[in-house]
This record gives sequence, C-alpha cells and structure tokens, in this order.
Amino acid sequence: MMILSLKNIHLTRERSSILAGVSLDVELGSFFVLMGPTGCGKTTLLRIAGLLDVPDSGEVLFRGASVPRKGRERLGVRRKMATMFQDPVMFKGTVFSNIAWGLRIRGCSQRETALRVGEVLELVGLEGFEERDASTLSGGETRRTALARALVLDPELLILDEPTTSLHQSFKRELLGRIKEIHDRTDMTFLMATHDFTDALAVGDTGAVMRDGNIEQSGSMDKILFSPRNRFMASFTGMRNILPAEFCASEALVRDLSIRHTEEKSGHGFLAVPPEVIVISTAPTVTSERNRFIGIVRSITRNGTTWDVELDISGILLTAAVTTGALDELGVSPGSQVHVSFKASAVHVF
Amino acid sequence: MSQLTEAFGIAIRMIFSGDPVVYSIALRTLLIASVATLFASMLFVPLGCLIYFGRFRGRRLVVAFIQTMYSVPTVFVGMLVFLLVSRSGPMGSMGLLFTPWAIILGEIALIAPIITGLTISALQSTGQGLADTAAALGASRGRIILKVLSEARYAVLTSLLMGFGRAVSEVGIAIMVGGNISGYTRTLTTAIALGVGKGETAASIALGLILLSLAMLVSIAVNLMQNRAG
Repeated sequence: MMILSLKNIHLTRERSSILAGVSLDVELGSFFVLMGPTGCGKTTLLRIAGLLDVPDSGEVLFRGASVPRKGRERLGVRRKMATMFQDPVMFKGTVFSNIAWGLRIRGCSQRETALRVGEVLELVGLEGFEERDASTLSGGETRRTALARALVLDPELLILDEPTTSLHQSFKRELLGRIKEIHDRTDMTFLMATHDFTDALAVGDTGAVMRDGNIEQSGSMDKILFSPRNRFMASFTGMRNILPAEFCASEALVRDLSIRHTEEKSGHGFLAVPPEVIVISTAPTVTSERNRFIGIVRSITRNGTTWDVELDISGILLTAAVTTGALDELGVSPGSQVHVSFKASAVHVF
Repeated sequence: MSQLTEAFGIAIRMIFSGDPVVYSIALRTLLIASVATLFASMLFVPLGCLIYFGRFRGRRLVVAFIQTMYSVPTVFVGMLVFLLVSRSGPMGSMGLLFTPWAIILGEIALIAPIITGLTISALQSTGQGLADTAAALGASRGRIILKVLSEARYAVLTSLLMGFGRAVSEVGIAIMVGGNISGYTRTLTTAIALGVGKGETAASIALGLILLSLAMLVSIAVNLMQNRAG
C-alpha cells in the first residue's frame, strides 16, 4: 500500500525546468529518503508532496486517492501530513506555544495539548523546555523543537527536508539516530530529503536519487548502494575507481587492460573497483583472484584511518585502500613496482 | 525678545492651569486623528494583507505606487476631499464640508498609503518561512494570514502610530475642509496657523508645545514598538 504517490510531476519556474516528470511511490510505514546533490529539486518536490505548492502538471495521490489542487479536501489531506523545513522558523513565544500551535488550530483541548506536548518533548529529548523562549534556542534545539512541533500532530506522513544540515557532526548523528528511533517506534511514514548519502544509509530503507529534476534511480537502499544504474549513481553512492569499459560477456576492456567480472553485459558501460578489495603485494602470490596485474605506485596519501595508494597499471589509474599496518609491512613508496589483484566478483558493472 | 519670553511664560501658564480653550482644541485634535486612524486601520490593515497574500499580476507596481504616496502633500488630499464633499461634489448632499467628518475623511485618505504600505512591509518582514510553517502544520489560508499578522503585530501597530502621527500634525486638510471653525473644527495645527497671524502668540505657543509633546509621545511609542518587533 502506497501512502504517497507522485505521478509525472512537472514544474517550470522562470522558464527553466525544475522538475521534469518526476514519479515516485512511498510505501506505508517506510522510511523513504530522497537523495541528490544540492539544487537537484528535492526541496521543490517535497513542497509538492507536502501539498504546500501545486505542480504545473502531474498528480499527487495520498493513500491511492488523487489530491485536488485546492479546496477544503486538500487541507484535510494536508492535515494528515506535517513538514519540517531545512531552516525551521520558530513562532514568537515559548517552546510549548510553538509545539501546541498545530493542536490548538485543530481545536484540541488544553489538557490533551499539555499531555501530548509533554510526550513529544520527551521523544525529542527536550524535557523541561516548555517555558523556554523559542528565540533563545540553539540550532540543534531549534531542530528538535521543530521536529516535536510536527510529531505532536501524529501525522501519517512526516516530511523532513534536510533535517541535519549545518549541524555539528556529533549533533547530526544524534538527531538522525533519534529520528530513526522515532520512526521505528511509531507507525508513521517518513519522507526525508538529504544530499548526504551516508545520512540516507543510516536511516532509510527505501529511497530515490534525483539529478537535475529527474529521478536517476529508486528502490531499496541496498539496491541503490550495491547496484548503481549509471556512472552518476556510482559516484553519488561514493564508488571510486570508476572506469569506462567495452563489455563482452564476462570480460571488460578498459583501453588495453582486460578486467574480469561476473555480470553478463555487452557494449559500452562502466565498471567500478572498490578500493578495499584491491590487494597489493611486492612478490607474485598464488591467489584465486582472476584479476592480476603489475603496477607502479604513483602516490600514497592518508584518507581517514586508511591510506590511499594510487596505482598506475599500464596507464590506467586505480586507488587501493590499505591499512597503516599493511602499508608498513609492504614497505612500498612512490615508484615501487607492485603486484595488484582483485576478485572478479568484487567488480561493479553498470 | 522680551515679548517672546513673556508669551512663552503665558503659554506655560495656560498649559499648566488647564486653559479650557487650549485643551478643548487639543482634545478635538486627538479625537479626530484617533477616529481617522481607527477607520483607516479597519480598512487598510486588511487591504495590506490582501495585497501581501494575494498573488496577482502587477503586485510590485501596486506596492511601489503605495510607497510613493507616503508623502502625498496634505493640501492635495485636502483639495480632493474638498471637491468630493463641496456642495456641487459627488458627496455634496451629505453636507460634510466644514465638519469634523470632512477632516476625518481627509485624514483617512492621507494615512491610507502609510498604513497599507507599512502593513505590507510588516508582513514581509516575517519571511516566507513563517507562512510555510503555519501551512505545513495544517493551517487553513485564513489561519495562516492571522498567524502571520499576529507575529507581525508590533510592526503593524507601528504603522498605525505612524499614521496617527501624520494625522495629528497635518494642517492642509483641516484648514481646507474643516475651515478652522472655533469650537467645532479648530484643531491644533489650524489654530496655530491662523492664531500666529492674528497676533495670538501666547496661545499659539501653548498649542505648539502640546502638538510637539504629542509628536514626541508618538515617536517614543514607535520606538518602543520597533524594539518589541525587532
């Protein structure tokens, strides 16, 4: 059952196309992540999904029923959703009055309002903040208040637009963890936009990646992570060593270099070799790995906790990720000749 | 010079002894400007909302025009109202000329652009995010407008004070359509304008000092409002 479906959404502003026929389906109860680089149209799409804007053409369906472009019925559907914006705006007044507002306009009794506000404050970890002036909150507290303000309405669909941008790394992790936990504890469906693939992986179960107003790929997060459809998707998901290749059965030609893989593909395409799967040794070793080459070390640079060793294999550059211990053991330096190997099954083909 | 000091002395005494003529003029002036501001706020705060929230073609042009009208000359408004309410004018049969209502009508017209324009600015200063937030929390269109208006209330009140300040201190309309009739349409400004010419220096100074204090009070109130709005 789909809680939200967007069908062929088009939007043009100032003669440039912002959304060029976007369709997507959000399953009831899922945590759907809308990904893509900044400026690809995520926010615009979320505003349409949240019934705040109307597209030029296309249809929004909520629980299978088409949502009218205006009128009471549209307001009725909008009241089953809540959107938290990228830069939440606080109303003047206390944290309590901010969170209570949505309930107040729905005619909720004072008793119930107080009860529910207390509950959501606990849920977002802001117990005792009721009487704080909302304009004195820190960035993280403002986000959490905005989250509580949306959650208190108990929406069927919660829309979150980049909820963690411009937060410090540790606060970001904490807020994301909380959001994920709330999703798991309630039966709400979450639709979240982020430009950060790592954040998306941390919380999402399904998702879609956008580029220039189009959906590049959608499906389960595993599918997006492990089976990128094209070169853009591969680099978006953080794949490295992406090479253009000519495919012929289980062999791929990258210029003159033949690389073996386990997919059936022919014609032009791309392959990617994850840096972690590349093994370097100074002497030829007996391995079962079907891709074996000789290369020259071009450079060695630190990359977080591991080292990136850039290899030149007959003019083709590949980067291998090596731990500090393994690097010491190898004793290589730029200019060294090394043996390079990796499994055919580790090669991504698209 | 000594004549002037003497007049000043009498003026101060008039103010502190509660001179009935001086105070009746001051009270009338306040009443006329208050009624004008009240009517103008009832008409032009909603109009400002309508223009801000209405998505129509040429909105920016309308706003630019309203802003230009902030400093419309009072005699120009006075002339228009005169033509409107004089016996041969379209509202001539109502017999408004040389009554306080004519002044009120003129002052409403005078401060209409200030109240409309500053209301629009007040709403604008809340930012699009506020209206979006209200909408995202399930507010109807009417609710959104009320919420934005309530968040901008101090700035809107400032616009009313500015309008009141202008109405109190204008002279062109009150003279042209009020006629400075003693005990009926004589206001602070018209009394001063004509009193000085007639040699009623002390009374004019007294009235001038009252007018100045009123203007200062309005300005202080505007400052207080702007602090709260900020």
